[in-house]
Amino acid sequence: MERNLMKGNEALAEAAIRAGCKCFFGYPITPQTELAAYMAKRMHKAGGVFLQAESEIAAINMVLGAASTGVRAMTSSSSPGLSLKSEGISYIAGSDVPAVIINVQRGGPGLGGIQPSQADYWQATKALGHGDFHLLVFAPASVQEMVDMVVKAFDKADQYRMPAMILADGLLGQMMEPVSFPEINPDAHDKSSWAATGHKGQREHHIINSLYLKPDELEKSVKDRFARYDQIKENETDAELYLTEDCDILLCAFGATARVVKSAVNDARAQGIKAGLFRPKTLWPFPVKEINEAAKSAKKLLSVEMSMGQMIDDIKLAINCSKPVEFYGRTGGVIPTPAEVLAEIKKVGGAE
Amino acid sequence: MATTEILLAGFGGQGVLFAGKILAYCGLMDNKELSWLPSYGPEMRGGTANCSVCISDDPIGSPLVLNPDILIAMNQPSFDKFITEVKPGGKVFYDSTLIDAECSRTDVEIFPIPSSQLADDNSLKGGSNIILLGKLIKETNLFSLETMKKGIEKVVPPSKAQLIPNNFKAIEIGMNN
Repeated sequence: MERNLMKGNEALAEAAIRAGCKCFFGYPITPQTELAAYMAKRMHKAGGVFLQAESEIAAINMVLGAASTGVRAMTSSSSPGLSLKSEGISYIAGSDVPAVIINVQRGGPGLGGIQPSQADYWQATKALGHGDFHLLVFAPASVQEMVDMVVKAFDKADQYRMPAMILADGLLGQMMEPVSFPEINPDAHDKSSWAATGHKGQREHHIINSLYLKPDELEKSVKDRFARYDQIKENETDAELYLTEDCDILLCAFGATARVVKSAVNDARAQGIKAGLFRPKTLWPFPVKEINEAAKSAKKLLSVEMSMGQMIDDIKLAINCSKPVEFYGRTGGVIPTPAEVLAEIKKVGGAE
Repeated sequence: MATTEILLAGFGGQGVLFAGKILAYCGLMDNKELSWLPSYGPEMRGGTANCSVCISDDPIGSPLVLNPDILIAMNQPSFDKFITEVKPGGKVFYDSTLIDAECSRTDVEIFPIPSSQLADDNSLKGGSNIILLGKLIKETNLFSLETMKKGIEKVVPPSKAQLIPNNFKAIEIGMNN
């Protein structure tokens, strides 16, 4: 397959177009702007719509509108922009329409900074908006995975009729790596039973709505959605296990941080320390089976994140607090180095 | 081959990212694993810009280069900032027209070349970055001249294809000085 060199942000955009995305609504923000710029250049040639909205809030509501008609729709932003989109994402979840949302994270809170961060983990996996709902959250660690996960996100969003997010960061968005595009046949999910495409007097109205004034009806709609979430937890978890078979210390990291950690794991192994890496590729659902498999021989776990430690609770719950979980992280846009992580491995008990 | 970590640094506008892109494409041409990571802060608008390039036979871990095997410095602040970070045994290429090198390190190989002056003398305005790449391929065995030419052809946009021969000339000047 032909290898191209692309920035992560551009690869996300090209993958979305190839996955059959027909509507992109965005608003510029560093460090994801190249994505929207690429869409502006290419979308109309691909027979779709690019629209720069007047705000993030407008953009996400345009996604809700477009997705309600059954077309593949997407928006992208970076951390502060995601907070603005949160109301619309809750409406999309409550309306059971599929959509893809991209977050190329930067440091926070508030306006924060523009350098890479993973401090939106809680937001993405726990509470991206009000109400009882989840979205699928994919965490790529390379430009190639950004392509593969966009394709998968559209597919799974359609399959389960729910929003799916790609949780990337400024480092992945800005870097260039070789990438190849697989032949993609956007799966023909039949949306004729719900999409608002005009009834032409031939069928019942399809109503896309998230308002249920009768508690019994609202409870039923939420419970139906949670039954789907149970299927997703069963079937859609994904993780990479690296040198975990005999590991004494299991490092846990996702996204760009996992690349740094992998280098540190290799360095630790070269020094005779049995380190391994568990890298969740889905953050919701969290790969519970996979981490328990990875942690079998480990005496300790060490979560490494570009945040103050937002994944630790999920790790502890997944392993039922059966082993100590330590933490090392940098935040505010600082990227941890392999040397720092190796020092931490030695400190928390990989050595001696 | 272990991973070769390269750091290119200079003022915004000197073509630091462009030169890095050429190296990245050279890696692509030679079927290597590679990564290219720019600084994207406010420094892009006039301050110091830098760019990390990793070339390897194996998948790249962290794309951020902190301790380069090869440093290409195009201005004094970049030279001063990064010279202490170069790995022992590493190689340093710099524009001696703009940089007064004061370096007490004896554990790195230093290759000065008056690339800005050479660019001006040969009517290659803005070609200092490419002259440094020419010097780089002469003093290392990272890429062949042929690969470098292919890399340039990939990076120069089609609308500016008439500039390709000038870039080839700049490479030659770098190799011969």
